[in-house]
Amino acid sequence: MTTTAQTPTEAPLSASGAPHEERALSHLALATNAFFAILRRDIVVTGRDLIAFLAQVLLQPLFFLFIFGKVLPGIGLAAAGFGALLLPGIIGLTTFLAAMQSVALPLVLDLGFAREIDDRLLAPIPDALVALEKIIFAMLRGLVAGGIIFPLALWMLGDQYNVRSDRIGLLIALLVLTALVGACVGLFLGTSIRPEQIGLMFSLILTPLLFTGCTYYPWAGLDGIKWFQIITLFNPLTYADEGMRYAMVPAVHGFQIPTLDLHWVFLGLGVSILLFFILGTHTFQRRVVC
Amino acid sequence: MTALLASENAIEVLHLVKRYPKAPVNAVDDLSFSVRRGEIFGLLGPNGAGKTTTIGVLTTRVRPTSGSARVMGLDVTRDPIGVKQRIAVMPQMSNLDQSLKVRDILLFHAAYHSVPRKERVARADALLRELGLAERAKDRVSRYSGGMNQRLMIARALMHSPDVLFLDEPTNNLDPQSRLFLWDRIRDLNVRGLTILLTTHDMEEADKLCERIAIMDYGKILVNDTSEQLKKIIPGGTMLEVHVFVPELAVGAAESDGRASTRLLAAFQALPGVIKVEEISQKKAALQGTSGSGGGARGGPGHSGPWAGPPGGWSSQNDGQRQEPGVTGFRLYTQDASALVASANQAILAAGAELRDLHVKRPSLEDVFIYLTGRNLR
Repeated sequence: MTTTAQTPTEAPLSASGAPHEERALSHLALATNAFFAILRRDIVVTGRDLIAFLAQVLLQPLFFLFIFGKVLPGIGLAAAGFGALLLPGIIGLTTFLAAMQSVALPLVLDLGFAREIDDRLLAPIPDALVALEKIIFAMLRGLVAGGIIFPLALWMLGDQYNVRSDRIGLLIALLVLTALVGACVGLFLGTSIRPEQIGLMFSLILTPLLFTGCTYYPWAGLDGIKWFQIITLFNPLTYADEGMRYAMVPAVHGFQIPTLDLHWVFLGLGVSILLFFILGTHTFQRRVVC
Repeated sequence: MTALLASENAIEVLHLVKRYPKAPVNAVDDLSFSVRRGEIFGLLGPNGAGKTTTIGVLTTRVRPTSGSARVMGLDVTRDPIGVKQRIAVMPQMSNLDQSLKVRDILLFHAAYHSVPRKERVARADALLRELGLAERAKDRVSRYSGGMNQRLMIARALMHSPDVLFLDEPTNNLDPQSRLFLWDRIRDLNVRGLTILLTTHDMEEADKLCERIAIMDYGKILVNDTSEQLKKIIPGGTMLEVHVFVPELAVGAAESDGRASTRLLAAFQALPGVIKVEEISQKKAALQGTSGSGGGARGGPGHSGPWAGPPGGWSSQNDGQRQEPGVTGFRLYTQDASALVASANQAILAAGAELRDLHVKRPSLEDVFIYLTGRNLR
């Protein structure tokens, strides 16, 4: 025993090279390296399953856009300008949902039984940073999904595609915040829901989220249904979609469609991000360390 | 002094307590033990004894309620990053990354641990070769068998050259080949300086691999010693099993049966150093699957039920044997069974019987385990 005690750091088996160069690194350097390695892993995996990822996040919004923005106006059941109004909502929804699903679904399964995440939790990195990586990665996926809608919408809607280009900086900022809020909500759901409750998540959470988020109608249009207008304010998507509308819908004949004030948009998104980030990281840590 | 101790021990657990929220009792209850550097240490215990919780604390996955745990001198709650850098864990169930190919699992694991790129490639290839996985390095894990998963988890654990390896029931559900292969690897790693803490239900595994074994139950360590020392715990220490031919029994006279057995029993009990004598009854033989219905050995008067040995009751290889008429068996419990051989034979001759078979038996680790933790199901 004492003889082997001299060389506990010797690389086991035939591993070559100087062992434990990494031992000289500070905790900060270790955690940073681990963070980016984990992020790289997620990006590599997404890259390999790109088609599946795109199908998962794009099919539904594109059908919505096609039916409501092209078919219904085409057969006279919706106003011709509806496409321009709908597109910001669809982009907000897609960005939000893609980010949310990227973290929520895998996490439910992982924490429930797969435990693949253990490998990352046992890396020299604080658990909270593993959660943060999930958020950043989900945000990236949300941005990709939302971003791809633009060219596809242009192709699908043709001359109905009407997006103002003078607020592009604001649009990008809103896209980032929308993806971020989706990712934070996803982290919270992913750590709160048990695998056997996944079905429930779709019916009890996803459906209301989908239809109370001002995706298919502008908030101001709800003035006549006050109670519902108030309900929509509890959905983070409302702020995202209204912000998108502000940044994307051009004035027609000098008439600018009214949206939620930009201050409210940023406040709503900011509060939602903060709330779900705190809740999500809290439940995450409770699930990964007993 | 503390610094010296820290440098000698890879693991130090002091008065560790863990109570899970809403649990009525402590999962780990004032546990203290240490594992020396370069040692293979076994934690044995029934299900729910607290083994996995103990490993959980040592691997930073379970927050202790009180007490302290140190790995390579680092406190698990104060410096989890430092601890995680120095340990590797092989869990009970596969937690391999199903989205990655086998080689990528190793490469990414090393990247999580800041192993430089060139080195991680070299290590991954070397480990895949040594664990016999090189041919299938590009497979997805879903196509791997249980044994291959286990080998891959070993490889993954070694990618960042840890100082301490935690193996939670490493050979559970493996075929004999994979089990032997893993045992060899575990010994190999230990020879190269790795400290290993393993939990297991497999007594053979513990006996063969571990330098020291701690038997746990209800969150406490009951004993902690080498396998050899643990086996001395059972009162009586060793056992001499004799099978004798008694002519009176062969004749089959009912009342003489009892007398012959009683006479021998008394003679054995009178031998110096004998703690307890037990006749191997017919009923016991039947319970253990023998077909000795025509056998002459019947329970003598005053004998208790089939498991009347010392607590823990050794299992005997001869119980399943078909006995010829007139032959009966006895177990003599004593501190040193081999010293008893000559005098036992004399007693047999003096009783007018004839020695047919004789074994010196020592308690197995399983006997010790059952002796300490009882037979109740958990």
